[in-house]
Amino acid sequence: MAPVAGERAQAPHDVAVAARRRAPSWILLILSLMVVVVLAAPLIFLLIEVRDANWTTVWHLIWRPLTWMLLWNTIRLTVVVTILCAIIGTLAAWCVECTDLPFRRVWAVLVVIPFAIPDFVIAFGWASLSTRVQGFQGAVLVMTLAVYPLVYLPVAASLRAADPGQEEAARSLGLGRLQTFVRVTLRQARAAILGGSLVVTLLILAEYGAFEILGFRTFTTQIFIELQQSFSVAGAAGLSLVLVALGVIVLLGDVVVQGRGRVVRTGAFAQRATRRHALGAWRLPVLAAFAALVVLALGVPVGSSIYWMFARQGVGIAGASLASAGANTAVYSGSAALFATAMALPVALYAVRYGGRTARILERGTFLVLAVPGVVIALALSYFTERYAGGFGYQSAALLVVAYAILFFPLALVGVRASVTYAPVGLEEAARSLGSGRLAVFRRVTLPLVGPGLAAAFCLVFLAALTELTATLLLIPTGAQTLSTQFWAYEKNLSYGQAAPFALVIIAVAAIPSYVIARYFDRLPARATRSK
Amino acid sequence: MRGVRIALGTLAVAGTATLLSACGSSGSSHAITLYSGQHVQTTAALVHAFETSTGIAVNVRSADEDTLATQISTEGGNSPADVFYTENSPALEYLQAKNLLSPVAPGTLAKVPAKYSSPQGRWVGVSARVSVIIYNPSKISAPQLPTGVTQLADPAYQGKLAIAPSETDFQPVVAAVDRADGQKATVAWLKGVASNASGRDYPDNETVVNEVNRGSAALGVIDQYYWYRIRDEIGATNMHAKIVFFAPHDPGYVTDVSGAGILKSSGHQADAQKFLAFLVSPEAQKIIATSASYEYPLLPGVAARGGQVPLAALQPNAVSVADLGDGQTAVNLLRQAGLL
Repeated sequence: MAPVAGERAQAPHDVAVAARRRAPSWILLILSLMVVVVLAAPLIFLLIEVRDANWTTVWHLIWRPLTWMLLWNTIRLTVVVTILCAIIGTLAAWCVECTDLPFRRVWAVLVVIPFAIPDFVIAFGWASLSTRVQGFQGAVLVMTLAVYPLVYLPVAASLRAADPGQEEAARSLGLGRLQTFVRVTLRQARAAILGGSLVVTLLILAEYGAFEILGFRTFTTQIFIELQQSFSVAGAAGLSLVLVALGVIVLLGDVVVQGRGRVVRTGAFAQRATRRHALGAWRLPVLAAFAALVVLALGVPVGSSIYWMFARQGVGIAGASLASAGANTAVYSGSAALFATAMALPVALYAVRYGGRTARILERGTFLVLAVPGVVIALALSYFTERYAGGFGYQSAALLVVAYAILFFPLALVGVRASVTYAPVGLEEAARSLGSGRLAVFRRVTLPLVGPGLAAAFCLVFLAALTELTATLLLIPTGAQTLSTQFWAYEKNLSYGQAAPFALVIIAVAAIPSYVIARYFDRLPARATRSK
Repeated sequence: MRGVRIALGTLAVAGTATLLSACGSSGSSHAITLYSGQHVQTTAALVHAFETSTGIAVNVRSADEDTLATQISTEGGNSPADVFYTENSPALEYLQAKNLLSPVAPGTLAKVPAKYSSPQGRWVGVSARVSVIIYNPSKISAPQLPTGVTQLADPAYQGKLAIAPSETDFQPVVAAVDRADGQKATVAWLKGVASNASGRDYPDNETVVNEVNRGSAALGVIDQYYWYRIRDEIGATNMHAKIVFFAPHDPGYVTDVSGAGILKSSGHQADAQKFLAFLVSPEAQKIIATSASYEYPLLPGVAARGGQVPLAALQPNAVSVADLGDGQTAVNLLRQAGLL
């Protein structure tokens, strides 16, 4: 999974493939375009709403003093959290993958799970224990703990697949440990660090639940206030466009930064064992740091949920609603994960195999949906089904699944793209030339190669959908509940004791895919597990 | 890997089955859909009692009432909603102004005092709360408290005040001050309030209660029921904050009305009318009165819970649900003062 987010991390073999780029497959192109059209629906909705509204009203709404405060809040939070996530994610990944850290397999699973805990549960865990966790610092703390795994995962994967020869060469040429780390190791992981940070940045732009609990105002919370105070979809749409514009700036920045620097792998595409770095005297401090990270990110939400569950006497746990909400959550999230992964497949295949500049721009452009709040995407789907389909499918489970798939498509794409890079088209051609049909080639060659990556993509989307709230509230079939809507209903009424079991079940359900993802990365070629 | 593949297969089958069944089911003839922004548990108790006594099934959709109102207006003529039940009147007034609500049966409207329902008769008042001062006696003594809401802008309260300006509950207070003193004075007052509450401008009333209770703010303005609910959550021994009314008829002493209306687009008008009639019946009003939400039932003769001052004995300001309307005047004033 070396090139998780790095188009440039090419094996020589891939370079050769790219050199003889052939005529694009029409089926792939058409499928990819269909996916892009679906993803563009929310953006089209925003433009329609703003056009239908009085332009000057929307303009006044955007150009008011409060906007600068929101902009400042949104930008400083995004920058600080992204940097913290990049540092924590990278260091944690390096320690797990490249050093002789004790219990590394255990840590590898534990540090991933926080991604699966809804941000609003982490926020609730902290905020319900102390009202001091609030505002900017509270938001930085909670968001960093909630999303750093998105940097950790790709960096860990890329360190695993990185060419150890370069480090050895650097050391042998006289570079010290630190210099080697900065000038060689970090550079190898650069694409993964940037890719993970990009996802983090965009997710924070659209985060709502945690900030609502922590009382920190950003563009996204203001979009909700706009809907709640003024029933103004146009106002919400105007502010969403500002978010999209911020997202575009982030993506352009990413293109510029990614554009510099190249990661080249010399030597064959096979791993060999290398020695792990000995932590030596650092062993205890590093272990303490890992323990602290897990306590803060995992211990606090779990601990405070358990505390609230037992602190309230006389509150029965609604077992039946817990079970049905759990079942609904699993089915919606699972279907969404399947659908999103299926949507990502043609786009990733097209981008990797035939992609020129246009394909890359389109592919990166799909990341913009991450910066659009879930409620806006839900309103967009409501609008289109009501306006153009006579309400067909509205508030059906199917439409909710589509909404999830749109919301989390980029996460699926990250996973699928990485695995598609592993399935060089040459192997398919060889199979074809040996007489296999298209379908057989797909089933017997392509699928086994990309399968594990697809499973990882599935799990990422599943985890994200598991915790979705704002789109769910609008689109879920009437009468149905998910774990997060039930949690929200109780939390909102300050019934912490009744909210807590739902938080715990979300964490328990989330632990399974987290384990699968961690195991998937463990299957990749690794460094030797023992140092000398 | 095999385990994952089996899991995926199972999910796919289960998912498809759910999706298909979801598309195929479209309720029996005697079923209504309720969009509710009200307290989830109390609503569930009301719905259960209604289903038992009438045999009409109720599908409940709970979310923020304002989001639901936006949603209903997006849905337009296709709205699946039959009844809309809210915590505050502005969302109902908004839909009424868009001509999306049906007239409520006169018999239902007659049950509760007219001032709690829409003057146009398109929604009926169901329950109410009243705004109060919450204060922490260790931070401010009772004689130092303001008697009128306009005093909250006095420099004397600098750094002591906590507010939640984005809560819909705050809008009736702003509307009452506007009605009494006019827009210009209201904006000036709100700016004073904003400056006194600088750094204690919280997202919701729950936070205001918590902050006053732990003494980080000396006083705030909330609806009375938050104090009772949080006392139940944290226990009476941990409740240090107290509540007190503003002077009779002061603009800070206002009632917040929770109500319900029927969507014009509803295909179940008769059943929906039955649900509204039920909400103001003695049975439902007693459920509200004894529920965990601590609201005032509006049906005369049904007492509120927990030794609260009876509704009839309250002396609130005369600002009406019509004065408040869809809340946009108050929202604009809050915006001009930089609070929204």
